[in-house]
Order: sequence, then structure tokens, then C-alpha cells
Amino acid sequence: MKSKEILTRGIVKENPVFVLILGLCPVLAVSTQAENAIGMGLATTFVLLGSNIVISLLRNVIPSRIRIPCYIVLISSFTALAKMAIEAYAYPLYQALGIFLPLIATNCIIFARAEIFASRNNIKDSVLDAVGSGVGFTLALLAIATIREVLGSGSFFGFALPWLEDNTTMIFALAPGGFIVLACILAVVNYVSKGQATKRQLGCDGCPSAMSCGKLKEINDGI
Amino acid sequence: MEFDFKSLVIIMMSAVLVNNYVLRQFLGVCPFLGVSKDLKSSAGMGLSVLFVMIMAAAATWPIQVYLLTPNGLGFMQTVVFILIIATLVQLVEVVLRKFLPAIFASLGIYLPLMTTNCAVFAVTISNINNEYTFIEALVSAVGAGLGFLLAMVIFTGVREQTAAADPPEAFKGIPITLISAAILSLAFFAFEGVIENLFK
Repeated sequence: MKSKEILTRGIVKENPVFVLILGLCPVLAVSTQAENAIGMGLATTFVLLGSNIVISLLRNVIPSRIRIPCYIVLISSFTALAKMAIEAYAYPLYQALGIFLPLIATNCIIFARAEIFASRNNIKDSVLDAVGSGVGFTLALLAIATIREVLGSGSFFGFALPWLEDNTTMIFALAPGGFIVLACILAVVNYVSKGQATKRQLGCDGCPSAMSCGKLKEINDGI
Repeated sequence: MEFDFKSLVIIMMSAVLVNNYVLRQFLGVCPFLGVSKDLKSSAGMGLSVLFVMIMAAAATWPIQVYLLTPNGLGFMQTVVFILIIATLVQLVEVVLRKFLPAIFASLGIYLPLMTTNCAVFAVTISNINNEYTFIEALVSAVGAGLGFLLAMVIFTGVREQTAAADPPEAFKGIPITLISAAILSLAFFAFEGVIENLFK
């Protein structure tokens, strides 16, 4: 596969949020402000990049039977690094992201990239893959956050917008708004791709939680 | 250890209704959307989450308070907690399989990968962040688990109805599921203010 394709795949064709429907918890939770969305996106990209690089380097060393625990340790270490860096240099962001910052460690996008890509490919491709997926995730978060911030708070990146500022629609800033905006965007993706993009019910391939969520049916049938 | 019944009730009600983990805080959305197709699996998933949450809260609280904080190892929290939860889940699985095969048969399939369920991890961390006592931490874990179970079971009922409905082509599948989740989440806003007026 060409490098350019690996890089752009994560942004459009296999966008982690809009197409693969992975990692919904942080997407829905921190997308009330565009600024927080960017912060969360970059922190996740950092962890993704770090874990992809190390897992790709160690792919011939880690025995496949204990690979999941190894990934858990690596990913949570990078998460702790990101958490401490943000706490030290961007304290307001640290407070805004709150519990969702340590929760990057349980983000299925990162597990999915480690399991599907980094554990089978060389370091150069893994870096491109991490950057692609990370940028795709950040852009998706930003798209949702823009809609929610403009409609819900009447501002964009903290700057108040005329008229909208006095006519906010509270629901978009609250929890239900996250579900509604994501649902509408997914419907648009469905419409544009004629149902091809989100054909799978829940894209959990490679996520260690797959057995307990999307793939449950298959496992049930197997027993 | 102080024992304040009033504050325990407040923590419990807050976790179950007002700050419901799935519908208000977006924790554990993936299993919420993925496993809510029929009542048997959603109740099984909800019960395992409840069970693991209590175990995890009981295991991580002493480690943080007696081991990490006094030794200045607070920065290891993320790594240590995830490893504890992962080990615990494995242990619970082995014990259940050996001694309680009936429970294992119904919950066993949901257990192994509870490790990366963000709701479980979030309970343990928010217990520490809120500086709860051990009893309060346990109560908040029970509340969070019950809230998750409640949301799962209600949402299964909603989904059984939407399955028979006929939404626009583009909304079929995940979008209409998310819209139903939004409406259910709105319904939980009715509990706003319950806590403040609980002991008036």
C-alpha cells in the first residue's frame, strides 16, 4: 500500500469516528467546546503515535499470546505521559477534559490501530497510520464540537458570535445534543455513501472490548 | 471511619439517576449501543459491569490511598489502575468458573474484556478524585453500576420498539439508535434537582 494512501485512509475512508464508529465516549463527552475538542484530539493523536511506534518496533518481540496486556501497559503509559504534560503546561485544558484524559487509555481506536496495523507493519507505515487516524479523530471531534458550540453556546473557539449568542439552543450543549449531532452526521455519511460507509453494525475489530460489545453475537453462536 | 448515611444516599442517588454514567456522562457508550439488542444480553452485561465496578473500586481504593499517595507515586495511577482491573477481571473469571459455574455461564462471556470498559475505569478514578472514603467509594461504585444496568435495560425496551419502526433510509441502523439514546438521555434530565431536595 502506498504511503499516501495509508496516511489519508484514516482521515476519510476509514475515519475512526464517522465510519468505523469507534471511541464514542470521548467524542460525545468533550465535544461541547471546539477548544477542548482540539486538545482531546491532539492528546489522543500523541498516545496513538507513541503506542504505534513502540508496538511496531516491538512487534517481533511481543509474544502473540500476551500481546493485549502488553498493549494495555504501553498505551496507559503514554496516556499517563500525556496527562502529566497537559497538567503541567495547559492546566485549564486539563480541568476541562477531566476524567476523559486518563480514559484515553481505554480508547478503542488506539487498541484497534495497535492490533490491526502497528503489530503487522514497519515503523514508517505505523507512524503514517497513527497520524492519519489521529488527524481523522481530531477533525471528527472538531466537526461535532463546532456544531455543538455554535448552536449550544453561541460562540466559536470561545469567541461570542453575534445573534447566536443571544439565541442559544441549550440542548446542544447538554448530553442529548451530543447524541443528536452525531446521529445527524452519521445519517449524512450514510446518505452520501449510500449506506456503504457504516454498513457494519459496530466497527469494533481489533478492540479488546470487541467480545463484550459488537462481536457478542458471533461469540454466542460459537459457544 | 465515619459513617454518614445521608451522604451515602446522596452519592448513590446521584450516581444512579442524576449523573447517570451512560446517559449524562457518556461513559460506557460502546457496550450501551452494542449489547442492547435483547434483554438477556443487556441485563447480563449490566450485571457484570455492576459486579466488576464494585470489585474494582474495592481493590483500587486501598492501593491509591495506602500505596501510591504516601509514596508520591500518584502519577502511576493510570497504569496501575488499568493493570489492577485487568488482573482482577481474570481472577474473577477463574474463581467464578471454578466455584459458581451457574453465574459464570450467564455472565462469563461479558467478563474477559471488561478491562477496557471505560465506565469501570472511570468509577475507580472518580472515587479518588472526589476524595471519597472507602465506604463512599463502594457506594458510588454500586450506584454507577446500577445506573448502567438501569440505562441498559430501559434502552433495550426502547430499541425493541425502534426495531419495528421505519425511519428514513439514511437514519437506519446506528443513527436512529443514537437518536433514541438522545431522547432517553433527555428523560433523565427530569431527575435534575432530585439531590438538592432529597433531605429538605
